[in-house]
Amino acid sequence: MTPNLVYVVVIGVLFAAGVSMVLERSLTRVLMGMILLGNGVNLLILLGGKAGTPPIVGLGPDEEMADPLPQIMILTAIVITLGMTAFLLALAYRSWAMSGHDEVQDDVEDQRIMLLAERDEGSGTDDTDHHEAAR
Amino acid sequence: MLVVLILHAAAALLAPVAIRYAGNRALYGLALVPAGTFVWAAAQSPPVAETYPWVPHLGMDLALRMGPLSWLMLLIVSGIGAVVLAYCARYFKEGDPGLGRFAGIFLGFATAMTGLVLTDDLLLLYVFWELTTVFSYLLIGHSGEQSAGRRAAMQALVVTTAGGLAMLVGFVMLGHGAGTYRWSEIVEGPLPAHSAVAAVLVLAGALSKSAIFPFSFWLPAAMAAPTPASAYLHAASMVKAGVFLLGLLGPLLALAEPWRPVALVAGVITLLLGGWNAMRQHDLKLLLAYGTVSQLGLLTIALGAGGRAAALAGAALLLAHALFKAALFLVVGIVDKLAGTRDLRELSGLGKRAPVLAGIAALAVASMAGVPPLAGFVGKETLFAAFEHGGTTDRLVLLALVAGSALTVAYGLRFLWGAFATKPGVAAVEAPRAGFAFAAPAGLLALAGLAVGIGASWLDGVLAPYAELFPGETEHLALWHGFGLPLLLSAAVLAAGGTMFAATLRGRPWPGRRLPYAETVYKWLMSAVDRAAVEVTGFTQRGSLPFSLGIILVVLVLFGAGTLVFVAPWPSGIRLWDTPLQLVAGAVVVSSALIAARSRRRLTAMILLGVSGYGVAVMFVLHGAPDLALTQFLVETVTIVMFVLVLRRLPVRFSARPLRVSRILRATLAAATGLVAAGMAYVAVGGRIATPISVDFAEPAVSYGGGHNIVNVALVDIRAWDTMGEISVLVVAATGVASLIFRRSGALQRRKAEQGTMSAPQGPWMRAGDNPEAKRQSIILQVVARLLFHTIVIFSIYLLFSGHNAPGGGFAGGLVAGLALVTRYLAGGRRELNAAAPVDAGLLLGAGLLIAVGTGAAAMVAGGQVLQSALLDFHLPLVGHIHFATSAFFDIGVYLIVVALVLEILRSLGAELDRQHEVAARSERRAIERQKEPV
Repeated sequence: MTPNLVYVVVIGVLFAAGVSMVLERSLTRVLMGMILLGNGVNLLILLGGKAGTPPIVGLGPDEEMADPLPQIMILTAIVITLGMTAFLLALAYRSWAMSGHDEVQDDVEDQRIMLLAERDEGSGTDDTDHHEAAR
Repeated sequence: MLVVLILHAAAALLAPVAIRYAGNRALYGLALVPAGTFVWAAAQSPPVAETYPWVPHLGMDLALRMGPLSWLMLLIVSGIGAVVLAYCARYFKEGDPGLGRFAGIFLGFATAMTGLVLTDDLLLLYVFWELTTVFSYLLIGHSGEQSAGRRAAMQALVVTTAGGLAMLVGFVMLGHGAGTYRWSEIVEGPLPAHSAVAAVLVLAGALSKSAIFPFSFWLPAAMAAPTPASAYLHAASMVKAGVFLLGLLGPLLALAEPWRPVALVAGVITLLLGGWNAMRQHDLKLLLAYGTVSQLGLLTIALGAGGRAAALAGAALLLAHALFKAALFLVVGIVDKLAGTRDLRELSGLGKRAPVLAGIAALAVASMAGVPPLAGFVGKETLFAAFEHGGTTDRLVLLALVAGSALTVAYGLRFLWGAFATKPGVAAVEAPRAGFAFAAPAGLLALAGLAVGIGASWLDGVLAPYAELFPGETEHLALWHGFGLPLLLSAAVLAAGGTMFAATLRGRPWPGRRLPYAETVYKWLMSAVDRAAVEVTGFTQRGSLPFSLGIILVVLVLFGAGTLVFVAPWPSGIRLWDTPLQLVAGAVVVSSALIAARSRRRLTAMILLGVSGYGVAVMFVLHGAPDLALTQFLVETVTIVMFVLVLRRLPVRFSARPLRVSRILRATLAAATGLVAAGMAYVAVGGRIATPISVDFAEPAVSYGGGHNIVNVALVDIRAWDTMGEISVLVVAATGVASLIFRRSGALQRRKAEQGTMSAPQGPWMRAGDNPEAKRQSIILQVVARLLFHTIVIFSIYLLFSGHNAPGGGFAGGLVAGLALVTRYLAGGRRELNAAAPVDAGLLLGAGLLIAVGTGAAAMVAGGQVLQSALLDFHLPLVGHIHFATSAFFDIGVYLIVVALVLEILRSLGAELDRQHEVAARSERRAIERQKEPV
């Protein structure tokens, strides 16, 4: 198959725009980035099948029909994105209602482990009595 | 034999219940299971084999086989198991809350151990092997509130499991090389390929299980277990699994090069180190534990040597050791319970108060020391004889055996003296008498040692078939071998041991510091693993979402770009577009996406996002995908509504922009990802040469699926399982939204109550003035919304049913109906929404899922596959001929779930947010008024 230039460019831009938003901390922006990325991925899948008449039997000759398989997959993806959007929006609102902003904070537990690593200490979960001996 | 296993397992499951109802007496009943096994086994004459098919495509059968050695082990495991269970009835206090759990695990262990000795399949053996490890872990950690117990349990688990895994690899190598996992078949053939490596791996498993050097350290620590568990697991049965394996595999694997040297060296070191350390202990139980380690070394030498006489001696010693060591542990348990201490420096005068107990202990120790005519003597004499005639290696081993046995005599005497002697300067302990039922189990075991010794020639007859599996000269077990080197050595051992013990009595402490054990290495290793884990986690898991995403994307870019540049073949040609209209739509998508990414205002970004989404929908149309376009348009619209509902409560702008450096980094990464994605799209599409599978979809869609719209037919038929998964996700998402927004538990109650009262409005259909919320809305919008509502709903139902043959279907229909609800809500607020849809969204979700699942199940009940669809043709009066696919029901379920999702979104993100806002505003107003009031 010969690739379609318009698709290739649109996919690239949607990915770039989506990634730049996803890498931020505001949950609403992350969500918007996910939606853009999702659209980009959908187009990427669509590009994999040939374009043509709608895949409805009897509308035209079968040979000119667009490939239905990517469409089937994308349809599922679109609806799942809707569910995810609703959930993340509720999460963003909740975060705002609880803490006054919708930013994704750093994980406290991870920071505790980083601190241990800086101090060259173990987690104390290895169940030997080294730690008690050291104290 | 399978019956035996099943009975054991049933007893294990019943034990906690039985003990709750009948108390400690239930233990006697439970002991009947191993006791019955003992009687049954005693009546058998090996070999006995049974096979039940289990996992045929893995070639794995439930193959049980009882050879002479297995038979001996089964007698030990069941006999001592029964005796120890009976002992437990007195050891534990009546009403001990942990006893039910203990008895259950104890019998579970007995099941696993029985399985281990009876199985013929190596993989099955491994399964039972690890089961004993797990049960042992649970028993050592019986008092889980003490850190020492937990640590010991973990140590035993780690060491034996590590060895077990090595052993598994060895088993797989053996089984793969021989083409079967049945040991009885492998042993018939020649040594499989790579058997040297396999032998070392199997040895690692066996030696770690039997606490042989360098793995010995876990066994003394395991003494944190209750004494009956120690007596059974860590003296008589589980630690014997390792030496049992040596004895079982020895006939073949001893021919492998490293087997003999490794077993002999490890055995000798363990024998001497264990004995040496036992002399330094003050805790009687620890003394026995180190003694056990030493004895296991002795058994390793005997059964690992691979000679006929040594194997015979090993089997006899296996039995002898189980009898005397279990008896001694039971005695320690009694001493501990009566005197309240196990420290031999505090015990004094017990022998006078409990002469019978002392007698039992003396009998057991005599067997351990090898005093005629006890079982230990018979075994040890034969072992000396086995190494009597060999070369230098054998003579060195013999020397070590003598030294180790002398140490055994010494610590045996130390044990007797420590427990029962009257020591000058130590107050005699005040101990009550041990009842008959408490002491009888130990006495029984000690007497059994005597019986076995006297019946040595009978034992010889039973064990001879086993010994004959090995090459070498035939020896016999007998009480009297005549005057010879073995007898001389036995006498020398007794004398030397006695002297050594006498030396310690004169107050000289046992020389040497604590001998080096691998425990230090183990601890160092565990700490190192822990430290490494902390470093790796700390380095890779920064806890920052942008950082983690960034790492993932960088990997994507590097690998993707690398593949694109160096590996992938680039297509030669490229088309600009299918139709020039694509360029227009593409330009809209690109520009709005780019501006959205740069926008700092939430609403602007959201609207541009919507525009770009609609642009994608246009591209779907141009591609020839009307279903996608329809769904994309609807989803995009619902998304915009959701965003507006939430964004009206959030700040206008996004929070502060990140630093310049991070902005540049982000932009670079974004651009690189976009470039790689575009490149992958280009190369992947260009590289596609295979004919798509979907060229054949058209015909079956009509004849089989009963519809002309291939996409819809596939969704409810070919890919119905995916759709099923998808609607489940929607149900979860809807539920999640509701639970995030109705955030206090009271609110969820309110949500129910509010929905209970939301019956259809009474009175005129298009009233407006009585709704306080509606006053703020446009009256024209309200009227239009009400007029359009039913039309839209009917259209949505049309979409649902026409979807099989034209663009549409459950998703599109559901979204349209959802949008009808959106119109009502936007026009009239939450009361209007309740009037439009007076149902609980959760109920609707459930109903939709029920219909979808029901369709699938009905197909199965009707004899088809799950979710298979059928075509129905029938004639209805007035309506005419009906051609109907059952998958339409599935689509109805999808429709309901999508409607419910939108409804739940409106209720949560719309109505509940309104209410929370009103409440906040009202309380604010009240606060202001209160401030204004004169004081």
